[in-house]
Amino acid sequence: MKMQKIRNFCIIAHIDHGKSTLADRLLQFTNTVTDREMQDQLLDNMDLERERGITIKSHAIQMKYPYQGEEYTLNLIDTPGHVDFSYEVSRSIAACEGALLIVDASQGIEAQTISNLYLAIGHDLEIIPVLNKIDLPGAEPEVVAEEVMDLIGCDREDIILASGKEGIGIEDILNAVVERVPSPKGDEEAPLQAMIFDSVYNPFRGVEVLFRIFNGKIQKGDRIKFVNTGKEYEADEIGVLGIQQKPQESMYAGNVGYLISGIKVAKEVKVGDTITHVKRPCSQTIKGFENVKPMVFAGIYPVDTTDFEELRASMEKLQLNDASLVWEPETSAALGFGFRCGFLGMLHMEIIQERLEREFDMTVITTVPSVQFRALMNNDKINLINAPSDMPEANLFKHIEEPFVKASIITAADYVGPVIQLCMEKRGQIKNQVYLTADRVELSFDMPLAEIVFDFFDKLKTISRGYASLDYELIGFRQSHMVRLDVMLNGEPVDALSAIVHRDKAYEWGKRLCEKLKELVPRQMFEIAIQAAIGTKVIARETVKALRKNVLAKCYGGDISRKRKLLEKQKKGKKRMRQVGNVEVPQEAFMAVLKLD
Amino acid sequence: MAGIYIHIPFCKQACHYCDFHFSTSLDLKTKLIDMLNKELITRREYLGRAGIVRTIYFGGGTPSLLTPLELGRIMDTITEQYQLDLQEITLEANPDDLNPMLLAAYKSIGINRLSLGIQSFHDEVLRFYNRAHDQSQSLRIIEMAKEAGFEKLSIDLIYGYPYPNHKLWKKDLEIALSKNPGHISSYALTLEPKTVLENWAKKGVFSPASEDFVAEQYEWLLDQTEAEGYLAYEISNFARPTELALHNSNYWKGVPYLGIGPSAHSFDGQHRGHNIPNNPKYIKEMQKRGTAHTPEILSAEESANDYILTSLRTIWGLDRDIFYDKTGRDIYQEKIKELDWLSQNQWITIKDKNIYLSRKGKLLADDIASRLFF
Repeated sequence: MKMQKIRNFCIIAHIDHGKSTLADRLLQFTNTVTDREMQDQLLDNMDLERERGITIKSHAIQMKYPYQGEEYTLNLIDTPGHVDFSYEVSRSIAACEGALLIVDASQGIEAQTISNLYLAIGHDLEIIPVLNKIDLPGAEPEVVAEEVMDLIGCDREDIILASGKEGIGIEDILNAVVERVPSPKGDEEAPLQAMIFDSVYNPFRGVEVLFRIFNGKIQKGDRIKFVNTGKEYEADEIGVLGIQQKPQESMYAGNVGYLISGIKVAKEVKVGDTITHVKRPCSQTIKGFENVKPMVFAGIYPVDTTDFEELRASMEKLQLNDASLVWEPETSAALGFGFRCGFLGMLHMEIIQERLEREFDMTVITTVPSVQFRALMNNDKINLINAPSDMPEANLFKHIEEPFVKASIITAADYVGPVIQLCMEKRGQIKNQVYLTADRVELSFDMPLAEIVFDFFDKLKTISRGYASLDYELIGFRQSHMVRLDVMLNGEPVDALSAIVHRDKAYEWGKRLCEKLKELVPRQMFEIAIQAAIGTKVIARETVKALRKNVLAKCYGGDISRKRKLLEKQKKGKKRMRQVGNVEVPQEAFMAVLKLD
Repeated sequence: MAGIYIHIPFCKQACHYCDFHFSTSLDLKTKLIDMLNKELITRREYLGRAGIVRTIYFGGGTPSLLTPLELGRIMDTITEQYQLDLQEITLEANPDDLNPMLLAAYKSIGINRLSLGIQSFHDEVLRFYNRAHDQSQSLRIIEMAKEAGFEKLSIDLIYGYPYPNHKLWKKDLEIALSKNPGHISSYALTLEPKTVLENWAKKGVFSPASEDFVAEQYEWLLDQTEAEGYLAYEISNFARPTELALHNSNYWKGVPYLGIGPSAHSFDGQHRGHNIPNNPKYIKEMQKRGTAHTPEILSAEESANDYILTSLRTIWGLDRDIFYDKTGRDIYQEKIKELDWLSQNQWITIKDKNIYLSRKGKLLADDIASRLFF
């Protein structure tokens, strides 16, 4: 296969702008998938992804497309659509020469799309703008086209009008891919240099590595090496990706494919790593490799303390196919044995929690999510703080630093006021304000990551009636006055409810948390004092009055069995509660902090 | 020692709070009474050798819907079939069913204790409950019963009717105590499944009184009965020291009893069991296999919990030795942490081999019992 006949491209789109449907049409049009095999949103094959309408893990698929009497090979590389996975997006982009920029003709460009678009432009990708959903009554192709032209500096006639749903513009898109996306460049005779852009876990075959060859060729049975991990393998099977995998004897520079080499653990496969031959290694690795670092940390505990070992086994299995999930055992006085987990972001955290529930039938309690703070100690050492319990004593450190991000928000002009107000409440500093069109504005803020991971995105959606979009990138650590806020029930600290918060917000936080707990902790045989404290200083207090009466008056003869069963059932229910001192705390109370409004 | 309970599953009308088994249709009455007599014969062996019957209790439903003749027939069957040493024969009765002639007739067939379903001395409350009687009938019937020579008299009262203050309840209790009954059973108004009240509560047309309000009325009940010399021998039962209800006490003390009639429960000293709670089905079962009883086999833990639950409610308390005999377990050892904590907080008192609820413990009896459950 000649490199001139290969096109590698990806799709950049905002959630629900119709990427998956459009991709389906491309596959159907090229007969890559038969109607019988056709399922809606073919690329999103995890249930979870389909329900959320987003692609969590990227995949790739190869199409054959005849154009002016020649057959072209089109490799479509799918990209995840959420900020939590921006590193994976960057690697997918690095594997391509072109990108379809898909924009909903009724909604315009969103913040996440812009950041991915810039990423693509930064990698010199040829951008093919596509206005999707032009069949919708609310579509404003002219307005949105203006926006796109401003953004990427293209001409009006470069923009393709399409509707995935109606099958409009599909052929135009395929033709544009062939005509406009440059063919890959590389040297088939040079030492093997391929980049891993994704991996898929297959319980029967081990980890399937998805790669793009930049130089050289790879043959079945070759001894190969992953440069960054230093691990060596045998290429048991290589091939290209259709709806089914198609094994190949050899593959050449410019192509995209999969590799199976008996790897059991996802952690060994690092996205962005370089594959080369053991005997004749390439002299340079592919640029841009990073070890993915968790951004958000939280404790995960089994609801039933006896399920700890089962939870550990489930987490280990999850880690097999999700290398970005990191964890270590943690003990909480209130929740027992569990795990301190690191996630790429809040969505990632939710996904892990849901996967634990769906795939492993584990019900878990997740504690207050936190970012990683740094304490500059008196001896000038830096201590990392991943959990409230890591917070050093006040007299042992000079100051605390917290991660800041540059957040860009695109919103309708009508909502600029409320958005700015929200960001200020979240300790943001406004840095820039640009009108993309007459009524769409891009706002930039410097904000603490800790404020964003919490409930910021939900709030942003609410105040902008769902229209604002958000993207952010880490810009470093800044000194902040953070304190640890503890919660006590009848004087007993509840470690699982502690949180690191900014001093200026501690009072409000403490007050709201105490109020919320008062609603959730049921009346018991004694009065319960709920207190929030910084160090030894109590800053908020609520009281749950003692239960006055808990006795069924009518109880004789036959009622006894019924009543015994009732009480036995209640007692079982209580077992699911957690004991703090003598106070019984229901599960929901530990989640209360996640929803304080 | 043993007791026989006979369930009369008929009522003139349905009280809005009641979830006991009854029918307001009397069509099957004659057939059903036949079956009660039959069951008394077919289940004769249930009480075993130790079962000398000391107490009989006609409950319901509304036993006073049976004529003295019908009751007399049942009494005859019992006399023929059982070893007797009868000390107490109770009839539950509604004030609107009774008159001096009937009372005399009941007395003549051996009834020596009346339990009167008064519930309240306020007509508006009685109407709300859908009771068939009014205040004046209640007052008259108490006098009538005394005149007819029923020395053992019990009055049923319900507290916890939602009202802005405690005036109604205080008045109810004042009138009841002024009549000087030997025995008072008093229950809180509770929302039972599939009752009119529960339905009203679901629809939002009725909202039950707060927990605190009901607790205050119960405390008032404890105070007033104690001041008048009544013994609070069980959570909801109060009696002059010589008039403790023998039959009911035996429920709490773990004495065997045989339950006859639809929905009636039985206890053979170890296991419990119940009859089918449906009149036509009861009749059919009785005709087909001579019994409508389903035994309930209690596990060791359930047996233990059963005893904890019942014994704690009484003035006699939970007896460590009896518990050991029943279960082979030493509750003092196995529940030492819980017992310590409960007694430190003065919800229970432990005296030698007995555990008793304290006054404030009585209000939380369910919570306390379940903390001691196995």
